[in-house]
Amino acid sequence: MALLAQVKQSILTANGLDAHDIDKVMAALLSAPVDAADIYFQSSHFESWSLEGGIVKEGTYSIENGAGVRVVSGDKTGFAYSERIELPILLEAASNVKAIARQGQHAQVRVEPTRAWGLLYEAVNPLKSLADEEKIALLKRVDTETRKLDSRIEEVMISLVAAYDHVLVANQDGSLVADIRPLVRMNVSVILVEDGRREQGSMGGGGRTDFSYFLENDRALDYGREAVRQAQINLQAGEAPAGSMTVVLGSGWPGILLHEAIGHGLEGDFNRKGTSAFSGRIGERVASDLCTVVDDGTLPGRRGSLSIDDEGTPTENTVLIENGILKGYMQDKLNARLMGVKSTGNGRRESYAHLPMPRMTNTYMLPGMSLPDEIIQSVKKGLYARNFGGGQVDITSGKFVFSASEAYLIENGRITRPVKGATLIGNGPDVLTRVSMVGNDMALDSGVGTCGKEGQSVPVGVGQPTLRIDGLTVGGTCV
Amino acid sequence: MQNQNEINRLQVVVQQVLDEARQQGASAAEAALNVDNGLSVSARLGEVETLEYHCDQGLGVTVYFGQKKGSASTNDMSSTSLADTVKAACSIARHASDDECAGLPDADLLATVFPDLDLYHPWAIDAEAAIQLAIECEDAARHYHPAISNSEGATVNTHRGTRVFGNSLGFLHGYQSSRHSVSCSVLAGSGDAMQRDYWYSVARNASKLEPARQIGEKAAQRTIARRDARGLTTRQCPVLFAPDMASGLIGALIGAVSGGSLYRKASFLLDSLGQQILPDFVHIHEQPHLAGALGSASYDAEGVATRAHDIVSNGILRSYLLGSYSARKLGMQSTGNAGGVHNLTVEPGERDFQTMLALLDTGLLVTELMGQGVNRITGDYSRGASGFWVENGQIQYPVQEITVAGNLKTMLRNIVAIGNDVDLRGNVRVGSILVEQMSIAGA
Repeated sequence: MALLAQVKQSILTANGLDAHDIDKVMAALLSAPVDAADIYFQSSHFESWSLEGGIVKEGTYSIENGAGVRVVSGDKTGFAYSERIELPILLEAASNVKAIARQGQHAQVRVEPTRAWGLLYEAVNPLKSLADEEKIALLKRVDTETRKLDSRIEEVMISLVAAYDHVLVANQDGSLVADIRPLVRMNVSVILVEDGRREQGSMGGGGRTDFSYFLENDRALDYGREAVRQAQINLQAGEAPAGSMTVVLGSGWPGILLHEAIGHGLEGDFNRKGTSAFSGRIGERVASDLCTVVDDGTLPGRRGSLSIDDEGTPTENTVLIENGILKGYMQDKLNARLMGVKSTGNGRRESYAHLPMPRMTNTYMLPGMSLPDEIIQSVKKGLYARNFGGGQVDITSGKFVFSASEAYLIENGRITRPVKGATLIGNGPDVLTRVSMVGNDMALDSGVGTCGKEGQSVPVGVGQPTLRIDGLTVGGTCV
Repeated sequence: MQNQNEINRLQVVVQQVLDEARQQGASAAEAALNVDNGLSVSARLGEVETLEYHCDQGLGVTVYFGQKKGSASTNDMSSTSLADTVKAACSIARHASDDECAGLPDADLLATVFPDLDLYHPWAIDAEAAIQLAIECEDAARHYHPAISNSEGATVNTHRGTRVFGNSLGFLHGYQSSRHSVSCSVLAGSGDAMQRDYWYSVARNASKLEPARQIGEKAAQRTIARRDARGLTTRQCPVLFAPDMASGLIGALIGAVSGGSLYRKASFLLDSLGQQILPDFVHIHEQPHLAGALGSASYDAEGVATRAHDIVSNGILRSYLLGSYSARKLGMQSTGNAGGVHNLTVEPGERDFQTMLALLDTGLLVTELMGQGVNRITGDYSRGASGFWVENGQIQYPVQEITVAGNLKTMLRNIVAIGNDVDLRGNVRVGSILVEQMSIAGA
């Protein structure tokens, strides 16, 4: 419990508060007929450095502290927050938000004991893991080495960011749960020019660790190599095809398919409200029997992982789809209670100034039996999409998109030529029923994902093996 | 009425930060302080769902040591924290490289007159009244038609804030502004056939918001219209972008002629100043001083005076959109666009929406776009879409699960007409846009 003591020191003691003050705020919250109440304290340090045009142009540093006070009564939520962690302000927030309970039915606080959990990352401050001179040397070295790779490189842009969060959750039963969360990320993007044509490539990675991650095995230089490779491919890319065709998705980051096509649709809030295309479909077939998909917040050190979620619940490995059958939803406390199930540890929030809601952690498909080469060879005519940008979904209609950034034509079982990036569009509840081959090469992404929902951003991970999908609409220009 | 006492109080803080920067050795500095208060309520199925009180503040400081730059920010306004924040910025600046283009704006470009832009109209609405308004809005949607089967609720938001900006050239100014919105989102159908759509209104002055009932009814109408959406086969056809979608096209154009994209050579419109990039009937200007408008400001993010100017006239690009840094990189002068545009207005044509549909004749009307499939370096464009299939100027049926693709460079040149059905809810004011020919992919 050294960690709890450390966080109490940095958040409570540093602001002149102690555990009794939290009891006072909680007592004020619980004086109304509410189902649940919590106070979320956060102290957040963030730093970024960027290199462009061969020089380290700028850096930013920020400190944000604050607390959010929430009460829940039935399906109604009252919420207030402040950047000032002071007793009178917290009491005023409590008095404001509990007004919500007047609207609610009679309710009773139900307390579920928190089970034990393990720490998935070290309580290190990544901002201090390298001296500023070393961070700058790293950026310059990646720039120099990357520029050597191709004479057509016109610009190299590199960013290096780190966040260090202390989080303290006070729950209605008087329990205090703490977490210390490091997060680092590095991105390299390059622009290549040939005969007036410009193309970009980018690659990055990171996780819940410190900056030494980028030095291990010269990982940072690999990002530069990969960015250049992608830009080189894009320089040769022709028009992308348009229409429905067999699509082979690469392993790793293309798992954004799962995040968009099914992940969001399986978040508890949409299903409790009946607004998701997956509502009421537990036990139904939503994928071919080759597909098993999980959301796993318990992977050590991953960008999407959390030892505890933002409601103090330990994260889990939640089976969403097992052999093609829909098994479960991702839940926070509010939606779990209203649906009569347990929280799966997916209650997340961007910061103390935002309300928690069900969010993904690391969402991926388990490996199958096919060799990746076999999957390509099985396709007579189709598209091989190896890398992607972002995606989006309409939860209600189930329609989703994700945009390929590196793609090739497959003709007669062989990858023939690169084509320009294009958006792929499909229908969440049935796209996975058309998965006819699943590779044995499951890979997680490199640690760059950020998910947006209702204006809140949280870091997430995705992953999958190589997949064959028999029929997905490819949005190219070649009609 | 602006609360000058509050502005003065925050100006003292900003001046304190600038002084601290000088004491810590910075040769120049700028600082911005924002304080924002708000209330947000949502109602769903006739009852309140969330009640949120917002209260945010943030101070950002940028310091220069000669040509080296560093920035830091904090939400803690205690003197100790402000000094620490300046220290962090100075530490970064000492480690950054010399950049000959770095620095404050040229002093003679800073704003010296501050017209009243009519931006501050706090809404005297309490939580109870806001809840009732949200319920009224959602009720109008839910009871509009029996086909409305579910709801994501209605939301009422009200925000007011104060912003103060100052720099070591002696610029120090603050102003207050407000922003209110009402939105509603409802569903129709069930199971595999569910559809959802929404409508919203936003204004600086609550009296300018659309009536709550009308917002609910529009949300319901839009949702109903999407029922029984079909796919389309792969084809090429003309595409009419509804006004709120057209603003995205103009947004891509803005990105491509903005300084950051240009000096990085990450733009599909490099070296296009003075070139024909749009048909000759297209005129685009920036109107930063429109009274009460959402994008109005008398100076940009670094204090440079904004001014009304032409971006495009007769289809020819007349001005890039530059801040001081990108201007120096390009050997030009700031256009007062550090931080973006202020009420970018595409001059409306003469046709209303119905006449635009008639002009489209047979083709696709796009009312929603999905995903980020816009490559600003090459202009390659490929996005998910839904909307309506139109024949002989008449809407035939809703369509979904299709993509629209092309290249922005040609799409912009192939604009056939721009409607007068201007959407005033954003910073880009444009009517519907008809593009001659695009690739549609479907099942």
